[in-house]
Amino acid sequence: MRVTVRVFAGLRDLIGTDEAVRDLTAPAVVRDVWRSLVREHPSLEAYTAAVSVAVNTEYSRMDAPVTDGDEIAFLPPVSGGSGARVPARRIH
Amino acid sequence: MTALHKVTPERLEVTRAIDDVLAAYVRSSDADGTSGPGAVSTFLGLVRDRNAGRTVTRLEYEAYEPLALKAFERIADEAAERWPGAVVGIRHRTGTLAIGETSVVIVGVSAHRADAFAVTRYAIERIKQIAPIWKREHFDGGEVWIEGATADPLDEAARAEALRRACV
Repeated sequence: MRVTVRVFAGLRDLIGTDEAVRDLTAPAVVRDVWRSLVREHPSLEAYTAAVSVAVNTEYSRMDAPVTDGDEIAFLPPVSGGSGARVPARRIH
Repeated sequence: MTALHKVTPERLEVTRAIDDVLAAYVRSSDADGTSGPGAVSTFLGLVRDRNAGRTVTRLEYEAYEPLALKAFERIADEAAERWPGAVVGIRHRTGTLAIGETSVVIVGVSAHRADAFAVTRYAIERIKQIAPIWKREHFDGGEVWIEGATADPLDEAARAEALRRACV
């Protein structure tokens, strides 16, 4: 089966593209998609504990099943609104 | 009917947001036979010139738009559950913003002032927790993605913290 992967912000910078297609063997869960990305881009590993996921534009979980045609999004820690008090994590 | 929530690269218009949220409140209070609007509270987030000791030159906001709109709906629903009758509208800007520009506008409308203040505060706390929006800070000497909270709408501790802050 084939899924579309979307990544944002710092994750996109690490991967170098905001959208990719992945072929997987069923049955698969979101974590399998993430693992395949990390294999290709080992620097993503630092995000494993902090990343959120969405399947077909709904928040989901790493252990959720994926099906053919799904859009899987990986979201780095968010920072919307205003007035960040958190320290910057990485300087590019 | 105008959308209550927006994610947009265009400048945010506060009076427009107030009119839209007031109209939504009136539709809802008319339908429920409850009190008309008695209070409007607005919160504007601005691009600040300093952050963490750095001189900021501009901010770049990026959103996963369809999920951000759903997150705003969820936040508004949570607020209405805690403060029945109150209506909150959330509008967030994307793209490159100069210092002093408005990145987010939140409008809370209710029958009485306490709830209008509370829903507005609650909404900004929840946006920072669960809205899939990111900002890249450009400062003198570099740029960095600001990474705050791991977004998890089902994290009850985070939601409780937002409620606590809204009720002080």
